[in-house]
Amino acid sequence: MSTEVKEVVEVIKEPSEPLFSKKNRTLLTDPLDDSNPITVQVLGICSALAITVQVKQAVVMSISVLAVMIGGNLIISLLRNTIPSRIRIIVQLVVVASLVILVDQVLKAYVYDVSKALSVFVGLIITNCIIMGRLEAFALANKPWPSILDAIGNAAGYAWILIAVAVVRELLGSGTLMGFTIIPSAVFDFGYMNNNLMILPPMALITVGVIIWVQRSRNTKLFEEH
Amino acid sequence: MLELVNIFVKGIFIENMIFAYFLGMCSYLAVSKTVKTGFGLGMAVIFVLGITVPVNYLIENYVLKEGALSWLSEDFAAIDLSFLSFIMFIAVIASMVQLVEMMVEKFAPALYGALGIFLPLIAVNCSILGGALFMQERQYASIIEATSFGLGSGVGWLLAIVAIAAIREKIRYSNVPAPLRGLGITFIITGLMGVAFMAFMGIEL
Repeated sequence: MSTEVKEVVEVIKEPSEPLFSKKNRTLLTDPLDDSNPITVQVLGICSALAITVQVKQAVVMSISVLAVMIGGNLIISLLRNTIPSRIRIIVQLVVVASLVILVDQVLKAYVYDVSKALSVFVGLIITNCIIMGRLEAFALANKPWPSILDAIGNAAGYAWILIAVAVVRELLGSGTLMGFTIIPSAVFDFGYMNNNLMILPPMALITVGVIIWVQRSRNTKLFEEH
Repeated sequence: MLELVNIFVKGIFIENMIFAYFLGMCSYLAVSKTVKTGFGLGMAVIFVLGITVPVNYLIENYVLKEGALSWLSEDFAAIDLSFLSFIMFIAVIASMVQLVEMMVEKFAPALYGALGIFLPLIAVNCSILGGALFMQERQYASIIEATSFGLGSGVGWLLAIVAIAAIREKIRYSNVPAPLRGLGITFIITGLMGVAFMAFMGIEL
């Protein structure tokens, strides 16, 4: 879990506020940029880097994380007053692990090839810090509806970084997107070559580094002191 | 014997948890500000991997795998519980971490002082669960091989976090562009270190 989580947990008390009040909308939009789970909160890096070789894998992974996050945040938020705080980590792990088993079985049944390619990383959603981090920081202190919104927002923030990295890596590394050839073969005749380095693990780190660079140049309030 | 050394060395260099699989990146990035804390967390990871991988190996081979229960009675030979492996592994890890923490506190207070705050963090470190899942995927032949794999990956993780922490301590004195400071430059340095570590990939063991 990251020590760099900057966000202050807000407890929402108003019993009768509209479903999409201003506060609830920020729960959805904040994680896209200002408190992005990957580039700002530093959560869930492991999977973001490992499965971004192809866009298809990244999309399947994002959907799986979205499903697990909504389920986990909802269940923990409903149980929040009955979980003793000493054993809350174990309770969270059990809830998340059961949801991940469901997701894993569904993936094996419907998209077997992607499930094979993701290998251990489906199981690693359990220890994906985004999920535990949001359960701990948000769902334990908030009502179910804001928790669902928070889950959707954070999963979307996670998804766009994942898909952005995957698009860069797949396009430059294999010249395809979602498995379809994008770069025409005429270009190859002029001597263009796929950059095989993009497929290798280290380039994922550098791509994320560059995304962080671009994002922080735009959004100067995210600067860090070394 | 040579096989064990091979698995150990492979775990450290060729299949390094950080540079080849990105496991445990969250704590790697968060706790690598100084060498001292990085070393503490690294030692805790070696310790916990060295214990949980063999324990999970036993669970995998005597409870979960298809036909693993046949030591109980012939009737159970057809049972396949491997869909339960995630929840079993994570439960084992969480409880082992708890147990290890209590034992270290009781029998080795000095070590507890050094590792203390890091041990609870370990339960949610992806490299531990990742170690168990890779052990399951690669089907090691014996518990000793599995232990050797666990220790090797742990040492590889320690090596990575100490190296990045040392670089981060020095980079404080460099003039990094403002938007890259902190997280961004750490990512890029890790990427470059990963490129260097790829030199080991060609080695056949």
